[in-house]
Amino acid sequence: MVVQQLYKVLSDDGKIITETSYTLSKNKLVEMYQDMVRARLFDEWMLKIHPMGRVSRFPPSIGQEASMIGSIHALEPGDWVFPTYREFPVFLARKTPLQELFNRMFASKLDILKGHEITLYGNRDRRIVVPSGPVALMIPVAVGFAMALKHKGEKDICIAYFGDGATSKADFHEGTNLAGVFKTPIILFCQNNQYAISLPVAKQTASRSIAAKATAYGIASERVDGNDILAVYEATRKAAERARTGEGPTLIEAYTYRIGPHTTADDPRTYRTEEEVKKWLQKDPIKRFRKHLENLGLWNKEKEEKLISDFKEELRKVTMETEKIEPPNPETILQDVYSEIPWFLEEELEELNR
Amino acid sequence: MANITLAQAVNQALREEMRRDDRVIVLGEDVGKRGGVFLCTEGLYEEFGPERVIDTPLSESAIIGAALGMAMYGLRPVAEIQFADFIYGGFEQIVSNVAKIRYRSGGQFGAPMVIRAPYGGGVKGGMYHSQSPEAYFAHTAGLKVVIPSTPYDTKGLLITSIRDEDPVVFFEPKRIYRAVREEVPEGDYTVPIGVARVAREGDDVSILTYGACVYDALAAADKAEKEGISVEVIDLRTLVPFDKDAVVKTVRKTGRPIIVHEAPKLCGFGAELSAFIAEREILSLQAPILRVTGFDTPFPLVHEHLYLPNENRIFKAIKKSIEF
Ligand SMILES: Cc1ncc(C[n+]2csc(CCOP(=O)(O)OP(=O)(O)O)c2C)c(N)n1
Repeated sequence: MVVQQLYKVLSDDGKIITETSYTLSKNKLVEMYQDMVRARLFDEWMLKIHPMGRVSRFPPSIGQEASMIGSIHALEPGDWVFPTYREFPVFLARKTPLQELFNRMFASKLDILKGHEITLYGNRDRRIVVPSGPVALMIPVAVGFAMALKHKGEKDICIAYFGDGATSKADFHEGTNLAGVFKTPIILFCQNNQYAISLPVAKQTASRSIAAKATAYGIASERVDGNDILAVYEATRKAAERARTGEGPTLIEAYTYRIGPHTTADDPRTYRTEEEVKKWLQKDPIKRFRKHLENLGLWNKEKEEKLISDFKEELRKVTMETEKIEPPNPETILQDVYSEIPWFLEEELEELNR
Repeated sequence: MANITLAQAVNQALREEMRRDDRVIVLGEDVGKRGGVFLCTEGLYEEFGPERVIDTPLSESAIIGAALGMAMYGLRPVAEIQFADFIYGGFEQIVSNVAKIRYRSGGQFGAPMVIRAPYGGGVKGGMYHSQSPEAYFAHTAGLKVVIPSTPYDTKGLLITSIRDEDPVVFFEPKRIYRAVREEVPEGDYTVPIGVARVAREGDDVSILTYGACVYDALAAADKAEKEGISVEVIDLRTLVPFDKDAVVKTVRKTGRPIIVHEAPKLCGFGAELSAFIAEREILSLQAPILRVTGFDTPFPLVHEHLYLPNENRIFKAIKKSIEF
């Protein structure tokens, strides 16, 4: 079996090795880089404050920033995002205010999801749909959503993010198959970060690539170096164009690595070696992109330092602010179950308040 | 007014709602040109086309998941699951997504959608074409569960369900799809969710039931009448939220409740009704709460008439209650 080559644009030292069809403005390149750095700082900060107890659990995306930020920047602000629990870089790149994310993380009284869930995030106004806890379940939902977009003649498309583990679930197969049959305007974006908690991808599937699975569903696929932000951008832009012009879905496999633990509740030392992690640290997507920007004269040490210290300060401030906010009131337990409160919940509310 | 069957009432409700509201979309297996294996969607494809009457792959999770996505983007999907027995392939979608999207999103999204499925035995269908899985859904917060037993109610309740802002699991008793007929008005009318119907008034014993069992209960009531026992039959029509006032009223009236359903007894919906009555109306009771249900087995083929709570079994329960 021939495995589709990994598509790369940037060499390890940040040089362009493949011509791309889309050219990014200098501002856009810098913005994407800044988003990556902020995402990394956000993750590190979350891991640091997690032991303090306000954040239920946190899934870091360290190592996957190029996949997430490259893909979201390739879409329009009107496009709908179906993330998993891990896509914080996407939320930051959609310019979600930190305060909003922290209210969610801390499940404060101002949490838009009213403290109903752990650290899953979504905000309809930002066209980010809150994920499901069970993996892969939002794939058919995103496909149906995209069918509705098409039905109403909208130009907006959907992107559904998921991991390599999700591709073993029926919902991935059923959703992808459905998307293929109806030529649905959706991008199925799989971050193959090599692990589903402790399970390496080689044990997740005997298929030698995730992208190969597209063949069986008769849809387009892209297999990209997920640590190469320009490659991810290019592949996602192409997929978006396909979706917008009625050519249907694309399965993208972004080949990357989860440097951190699965979540704050995980200890990866029990299932993988230090050497392996070190090997992947050499391929850090942020370093690679920084070299590219430095080669172009768009970035330097001063800018880097300022970005880091400004954002850390913002994180510190917003954490302190959010800590002061109390949790939602207990009555929220019984809200949003139905559009109107049925008699049995009314009785339970009375019990709660008694 | 036309004299139509329950299956035709489904068809009429769908057709009229699709004419009234172009957000309404039907999707499922063989619902298009074939008109559904029970012909509930017959003629809709011809009238509304493939954009609104969508033949899907054999893929229950995709049908329900996609219907949810459509509902979240402002359509009003009615998903057909060919037999309730096959709903389990989409069970995780229903329980983890459809039922919870409102809660999970803090009210940003709802799931105004209907999941229709023919359910129940009595058609020589064996264990995979006869099941009554309503309790699984009644146990899941966020869903409404509706089960009509007459053509009139079927149309009125399906219209209400399509217009409801919450997801409705709508089970249709396939045994009586064509066995019952009645005059059903053409055009718009609704039957409210959460309101039971007194199918027969009586003073001595109350039967609480729904779906095809309503007719077995009525037959048993006729038989009891010959022995001078007056039986009230309540057709619940909605399981979630069930009509608590109707239950309380009939229990206070007779003090002898019997719950009848086809689904197995253990943790069936009858268990909830029993607990409800025991919690609130223990002093109204003249006899123990009785249940006549399917047995706690997979659904059998050859002896399905014995498995089902038939007229005989219900009649025995009536006697037992009276003689207590
Ligand atoms: C259906 C389901 N089974 C199990 C879990 C527990 N679980 C949470 S994340 C996860 C691994 C998912 O791996 P993958 O899809 O590769 O995504 P990643 O975490 O690597 O981003 C598991 C097993 C779950 N959330 N949902």
